[in-house]
Amino acid sequence: MKKLINAPETVLDDALAGIAAAHPGLLSVDPVDRVITRAGGSRPGKVVLVSGGGSGHEPLHGGFVGTGMLDAACPGEVFTSPVPGQMLAAAKAVDGGAGTLFVVKNYTGDVLNFEMAAELAAEEGLSVETVLVDDDVAVQDSTWTAGRRGTGGTVFVEKIAGALAERGAPLAEVAGTARRVNAATRSFAVALTACTAPAAGKPGFDLPDDEIEVGVGIHGEPGRRREKLRPAREIVADMMAALLTDQPLTAGDQALVMVNGLGGTPLIELYVVYREVAAVLESRGVHIAANLVGDYVTSLDMAGVSITVCKAAPDLLDLWHAPVHTAALRWGM
Amino acid sequence: MDIALARTWVQAIAAAMDKHKDLLTQLDSAIGDADHGANMHRGFSAVAAELPRFEAKTAGGILARTGALLISVVGGASGPLYGTAFRSLGKALDAPRADPATFAEALAEGLDGVRRLGAAAEGDKTMIDAYAPALAAFRTSAASGGDLAEASAAAADAAEQGMRATVPMQARKGRASYLGARSVGHQDPGATSTALIFRALADTAAAAREAA
Repeated sequence: MKKLINAPETVLDDALAGIAAAHPGLLSVDPVDRVITRAGGSRPGKVVLVSGGGSGHEPLHGGFVGTGMLDAACPGEVFTSPVPGQMLAAAKAVDGGAGTLFVVKNYTGDVLNFEMAAELAAEEGLSVETVLVDDDVAVQDSTWTAGRRGTGGTVFVEKIAGALAERGAPLAEVAGTARRVNAATRSFAVALTACTAPAAGKPGFDLPDDEIEVGVGIHGEPGRRREKLRPAREIVADMMAALLTDQPLTAGDQALVMVNGLGGTPLIELYVVYREVAAVLESRGVHIAANLVGDYVTSLDMAGVSITVCKAAPDLLDLWHAPVHTAALRWGM
Repeated sequence: MDIALARTWVQAIAAAMDKHKDLLTQLDSAIGDADHGANMHRGFSAVAAELPRFEAKTAGGILARTGALLISVVGGASGPLYGTAFRSLGKALDAPRADPATFAEALAEGLDGVRRLGAAAEGDKTMIDAYAPALAAFRTSAASGGDLAEASAAAADAAEQGMRATVPMQARKGRASYLGARSVGHQDPGATSTALIFRALADTAAAAREAA
């Protein structure tokens, strides 16, 4: 394992110190509670968005803390959910008296810890709603699994709900919109290589040189199948078929599209993929209203790509275009 | 079970997690996300470090504090699940000493807590597949007059058997469930750490009987 770290045990604290040093005007870091909060605190009366999850997916979630998106993020150890105390500390640090929305990716650990945090927060008089993000269509048999995983769609949920909260909407409306975004969003990923967690020291799974994992999760969870590497056009066609089977988009629909690198993918390959995604949607008469191409929800050093498509109603698109200023997303201000 | 034994048990668990963290991580890389060893090790190391400062009047007090600390430092699914197991177990032990029958009922509270939180049943390929048979064996032994050492030894054997029985199962809960049929053929990491916890109890109880 070759990594630019000081020691596996200090990766998270060292990275948090780095984030704080890099973005002093944007966010601040509480190194004891391991909470990243928006600089200057929240405005009284504003609903606050708190998210979190295991580290290793940067810029998710800390890179999305700022105006128009998250008020606080709590990073856990690499690929490990944060703990309830962290989430409670985050919620209390940014509380504006108008309620808190927990944005939780659907993994057993995240769900259990955020549930406990919501109970603790309620005991302290905070009003909390939780939205579960579960956009990964690679998980087909939700009855016999922990359910669909939360992946790239988290960015859309956090951006759109964050914009609504910034406009002063009440908690129920922010939560309802967050759920609408999740319900309209689907993701699918393929991996070309496994990722290596610093504490594990070796790749999380064995993937032969000429094979790809189709439907991979953002922690290297296996997906639907393994197959031989093929031209990008054919791989994207299969990915889009999986997405569009689960949620058909038809002529005249507006879409938000993210082509997301999993951490070890050159940007040039992401653009190759985006071209194919755009061609598939255009052939169906779907209009791509906005797109993101880059690394937004990574899986450490995994080579691979996820495609996220949100069938976006006009009000959601309007919120998408609203100003945002975070370490990883910025426009309109 | 008394305060001193509860302390020794928790220390023995911490030693077992230290010794077997690579095994747990290796099992978890096969069907999970390769963090179970590191998480259990981090959690019980924190408990062992804080243990001298746990002030408790009952064995249950020690175990409940253990659970609360696990919840606050471990994260992942194992933090809430093991934390709840120890908290529920500890809360059910409110006397300074507990006979084996009483301890069996406390163990049952711990299992109930895990079932409620995790919504898992036997056969789902989780820690419950080691915990449930361990509890049944402990109860049977205690009911037929076994002392803590005997009941714990029976529980540890049953937990290890349950752990091995997870190999052919297909996971239906937790991260391993995403593998579907590909989870078959791998031993569940959570069942394995649960078996370590019961083996630590058996070793601790045996050593205490030896010393008495």
